[in-house]
Amino acid sequence: MIKFIIKGLLRDRSRSLFPVLVVLSGVMLTVLMHCWIRGTESDMIRANASFSTGHVKIMSRAYAKEADQIPNDLAYIGVSKLIDQLNTEWPNMIWTPRIRFGGLLDIPDSNGETRVQGPVMGMAVDLLAPQSHEISILNLKSSVVRGRLPEKPGELLISDEFAQRLDVNIGETATLISATMYGSMATANFTIVGTLNFGVAAMDRGAVIADVQDIQRALDMQDAAGEILGFSSDMIYRPQQIAVIEQKFNQQYSDKTGEFAPVMLALSEQYGLSQTLEMISSATSFVIVIFVSVMSIVLWNAGLMGSLRRYGEFGIRLAMGESKAHLYRSLILESFVIGCMGSVLGTAVGLLFAYYLQVHGFDISSMMKNASMMMSNVMRARITPASFAIGFVPGILATTLGTSISGLGIYRRQTSQLTKEFEA
Amino acid sequence: MKNDVIIETRGLFKRYPLGEHTIVALNDISLHFSKSEFAGLVGPSGSGKTTLLNIIGSLDSPSEGSATVLGNQIESLSSRKAAELRNHHIGFIFQTFNLLPVYSVFENVEFPLLLLGLSADERKKMVFEALEWVNLADRAKSKPAQLSGGQSQRVAIARAIVKRPAIILADEPTANLDAENSHHILKTMVTLNKELGTTFLFSTHDAKVVQYLRRKISLIDGHVASDELCQPA
Ligand SMILES: Nc1ncnc2c1ncn2[C@@H]1O[C@H](COP(=O)(O)OP(=O)(O)OP(=O)(O)O)[C@@H](O)[C@H]1O
Ligand SMILES: [Mg+2]
Repeated sequence: MIKFIIKGLLRDRSRSLFPVLVVLSGVMLTVLMHCWIRGTESDMIRANASFSTGHVKIMSRAYAKEADQIPNDLAYIGVSKLIDQLNTEWPNMIWTPRIRFGGLLDIPDSNGETRVQGPVMGMAVDLLAPQSHEISILNLKSSVVRGRLPEKPGELLISDEFAQRLDVNIGETATLISATMYGSMATANFTIVGTLNFGVAAMDRGAVIADVQDIQRALDMQDAAGEILGFSSDMIYRPQQIAVIEQKFNQQYSDKTGEFAPVMLALSEQYGLSQTLEMISSATSFVIVIFVSVMSIVLWNAGLMGSLRRYGEFGIRLAMGESKAHLYRSLILESFVIGCMGSVLGTAVGLLFAYYLQVHGFDISSMMKNASMMMSNVMRARITPASFAIGFVPGILATTLGTSISGLGIYRRQTSQLTKEFEA
Repeated sequence: MKNDVIIETRGLFKRYPLGEHTIVALNDISLHFSKSEFAGLVGPSGSGKTTLLNIIGSLDSPSEGSATVLGNQIESLSSRKAAELRNHHIGFIFQTFNLLPVYSVFENVEFPLLLLGLSADERKKMVFEALEWVNLADRAKSKPAQLSGGQSQRVAIARAIVKRPAIILADEPTANLDAENSHHILKTMVTLNKELGTTFLFSTHDAKVVQYLRRKISLIDGHVASDELCQPA
């Protein structure tokens, strides 16, 4: 019987072609949207993790409370000892100190007078230690627009956009004016050795990157850092594993009292990221619900029109002794086959487009001009194992749903009426 | 003789509401048919021939009265039971041959056997046997569109006969055929009636068909005007 149904489908194009095309386009869009959403999500996680949150972040409890104000006076002291402990306990993680700081960057002219000045947002990272992973975590090598990466203390990187605005060049000296950990004014001289394009609007607006030891010296933060970031060594964020580490770490320090005991926060607990991530995943479900509904309605109507044309056939089949229930089931089976065909084809086409977007990306920098979110300026799709399966949900649901509704017409008609359809 | 009765109707009425009126399509029909009969319902258009065949074939149910087919009360049969009765015991032949256009001759004839759940080997054997009877075994692979009207109707006969039903109901089977094809088909049906003992019940107003009937029932305005045995030519 299945063979009989499939033969009918393949031979009667009008029975299969339109529904397959509808399913194909719906499934294709679902797959594409899904990959896009996954891509955006992983981009967001990556950008946030590398530039800001890490997969986990350790701070002093006091610092953590006011983290968005970057309270370096509350920075954690005893960083090297803590990192040693972390490395012993979780050798598969990358642990690295960071200091975020604000200040003014002052570019003097040949007389030592201020030529130009601008507010900066700074990030001190471990650039010079040979075992440091920061250059690859921040993808600095390929972000260099002009000049080179720092090779010795006293060298500074600045965002290319910012450099152009201030009209500063490679090799010029810049004075950072900021505050020490203890609140007094701090100044330090740097040589600008390179400019960067981060590809993240929030950073490109005015960020500088310096070596962490230079900044510790400049801001009087011996063996102190605002934040210690932890990354899994392959840079993939796995929420469950991270939660285990976080719980264990915080357990160890739970009995310690005092504002300066360290505390660990996972990526999702910082800056409301968990809500954003949840929003993204509910967007996926939303997209699927939309496509299922739209396709069901289209296929339901296509099914109605198709049945009108096929009442003659139904009449004969009933006269031959097929029961209405059997006929109805065979129509649903038919639509299931169509759903599968459309889903396979739609998934293939969708993945093809998604692959293109995964490799080439889609530039949205013009939309990101004022964004403060850590989000890449190039949107990329990302194909995940789920991308191969997700299209089948709307594909098969919509076809079978559409037919279940339109097929009810068989029950509404008298059998003798159906057999009359072909006499006309 | 009475034991051989396989179709019986008693006081059968079929009424169709039409606005404020009702159309009485069947008006108190009481008939019985025995095994191996070759009988025809004759009458002008609208006299109720199709309606009566549909009720006997369990495609429709009467408004009043009862119809018993092979021991089944048509008026109280569930739709599943009715389908079962048609599937096992009743073959239909229609005026417009009604082959399924996307399927080959073989597949059209095979369809009732698929419903019966027979094995592929059995089906193949029976389909070819049926096609032999109507002399179309060599066209098994053709599509209905490639057949003439006469050939199509022969395929329809093969499809009706393939499961060896007790009863074949043929609603104006020759209306779309020329004289030569009509005779050919009627001869085929006479042969099947003789060899397999199948009961044939026709509806017709075609004089060519009437020649072959052994019993002729005239319907006028939904009631039986005459019921006579005849001597086939
Ligand atoms: N579904 C229906 N609704 C209303 N009236 C109907 C319906 N089916 C049949 N009739 C009426 O019942 C009467 C008998 O119809 P039927 O089809 O049985 O006639 P018939 O003898 O087969 O005619 P023909 O020789 O033209 O095929 C006709 O008056 C017809 O209009
Ligand atoms: Mg009729």
